[in-house]
Amino acid sequence: MKIVATVKRTPQRDTKMRLTDGGGLVTDQIQYEVNPFDELGVEEALVLRDKLGGEVVALAVGPDAVNEQLQTALAMGADRALRVDTDGELDPLQTAHALAGAIEREQPDLVLMGKLAIDSEQGQVTLMLAELLGWPHASFASRVEPAADGSSLRVTCEVDGGLETVDLDLPAVVTTDLRLNQPRYASLPGILKAKKKPSDVIPLAEFELPEAGLRITGYRALPAREKGEMLESAEELAQRLLAKNLV
Amino acid sequence: MSDVLVVSILTGPGLARSDAATVGFGRQVAEKLGCEVDLLVVGSEPAAAADEGAKLPVRRVLVAKHADLADGTGEARTAAIAAAAQQGDYRLLCAASSTNTRDCLPRLAARLGGPMASDVVEVRGADADAIALTKPCFSGNLLQEIELCGARNVATVRASAFDAPPETAQSASIEEVQLSGELNHPRKRFVELQKTELTRPELTEADVVVSGGRGTRGAEGFKLLEELADLLGAAVGASRAVVDSGWMPNDFQVGQTGKVIAPKLYLCAGLSGAIQHLAGMRNSKTIVAINKDANAPIFEVADYGLVADLFEAVPQLTAAIRAAREAS
Repeated sequence: MKIVATVKRTPQRDTKMRLTDGGGLVTDQIQYEVNPFDELGVEEALVLRDKLGGEVVALAVGPDAVNEQLQTALAMGADRALRVDTDGELDPLQTAHALAGAIEREQPDLVLMGKLAIDSEQGQVTLMLAELLGWPHASFASRVEPAADGSSLRVTCEVDGGLETVDLDLPAVVTTDLRLNQPRYASLPGILKAKKKPSDVIPLAEFELPEAGLRITGYRALPAREKGEMLESAEELAQRLLAKNLV
Repeated sequence: MSDVLVVSILTGPGLARSDAATVGFGRQVAEKLGCEVDLLVVGSEPAAAADEGAKLPVRRVLVAKHADLADGTGEARTAAIAAAAQQGDYRLLCAASSTNTRDCLPRLAARLGGPMASDVVEVRGADADAIALTKPCFSGNLLQEIELCGARNVATVRASAFDAPPETAQSASIEEVQLSGELNHPRKRFVELQKTELTRPELTEADVVVSGGRGTRGAEGFKLLEELADLLGAAVGASRAVVDSGWMPNDFQVGQTGKVIAPKLYLCAGLSGAIQHLAGMRNSKTIVAINKDANAPIFEVADYGLVADLFEAVPQLTAAIRAAREAS
């Protein structure tokens, strides 16, 4: 099975993002990592490849700096890396077009992606890509079971009412949720091997993109909540809630 | 004039509370643009929901009815909404944020060739060029101000951030959407939905939510919380750690990547309040926290805090409320 796992470069989880006076983001001194949901996708791709044979291609859209995250995917065990090169900011639909261009060249059986990226938290590129490719998708996967011949997948999805199961004939796009797997750490031999693995770059100009339709105009802090009151006992808490007609 | 289409993906016989709130959002945009709001109901048996929708302040209710929409896949729902979009001139297509809408609206945006905003919490403005909205980002740590500049635009909306408009005296007209052929993708088959058995109100619809974290030590502590929840008629929620441990089903998770709620009262115990959890409940009207650790971040957002062992404090709280109710 040939699998593409997409990788986005995002600030390390639990980074406390700060704002400039002008409502921009302070970006110096930030450490980046592979978007945690994409990391789940890389892990699942490796598990499927080791079960069924085939190849895992780590794919990203972005500038040189993104090579760091592609190297992480290679160190985890991906076979090669592919980057669509751009310095510019793309909106989700443009990113989906760039990914679709690269995927049409690669012709994989499966694309694994994080259900969202923890920076912008839009969760859109995944399904936009599936739509542009004309492929079926499964969102929020917590379990992926391939058929013995590798032609289809049974995917369990975490949905609001419980767990939904769907069958997908490949090729397809699957997005990962928190409980899909436990991503491996890159080992030292893995990190050394990663440097020798093939890594290709495609200029963004080779793909046709729509105009950007989404503009980010600024950031601001959440409204603060007023300081609350600390109570001494459960009895006192009960009296307060009763007095305020909250219970 | 380009209008607003509010989409309701039905999971039961009627509309959800979040659908009415999304009409509230749609009206805010429409008032700025001077346009109309239509409602689209999508399902296999949508008649009752359509009648309910007709009482909301909308111009008309479009009804997309099809057997493929019973256990609707995202692909089938995308096809149904895209067909409905042909029956008007819509500049904005929006729906309450849920796993169902997140599973189809990005596909719809790509099909329409327009941009999308996810989890909108505020309307800042709208004119001929752009619709200016606000949404959370970075695990709900910050708000991002964005503009949708497409000819056709798509949004999912945090229902808890908008008020449902009052019902109107006269009913909106109801029109059927023409759907032909199969809506499902030929390479995708629905197998089953294992529904979580709910004996209490649903998290996103409840006025009161009682929630637990790692400190509950699982079933032992949740038993105490459930007793309190039953006394209050509350829904039960959980932190990510609880769900990851398998103590509670996945759809009980409150947080940025779980359910985002804003009940009148959110009462939690043994829950430290990680950033991504706070993002899921910090807009609750009143927050009550019980935790052994006085430095737990949950106390920074709590209106009432109690530093105590939940195994003692929760039964005491339940008993005191029950006693007061019996006395009155």
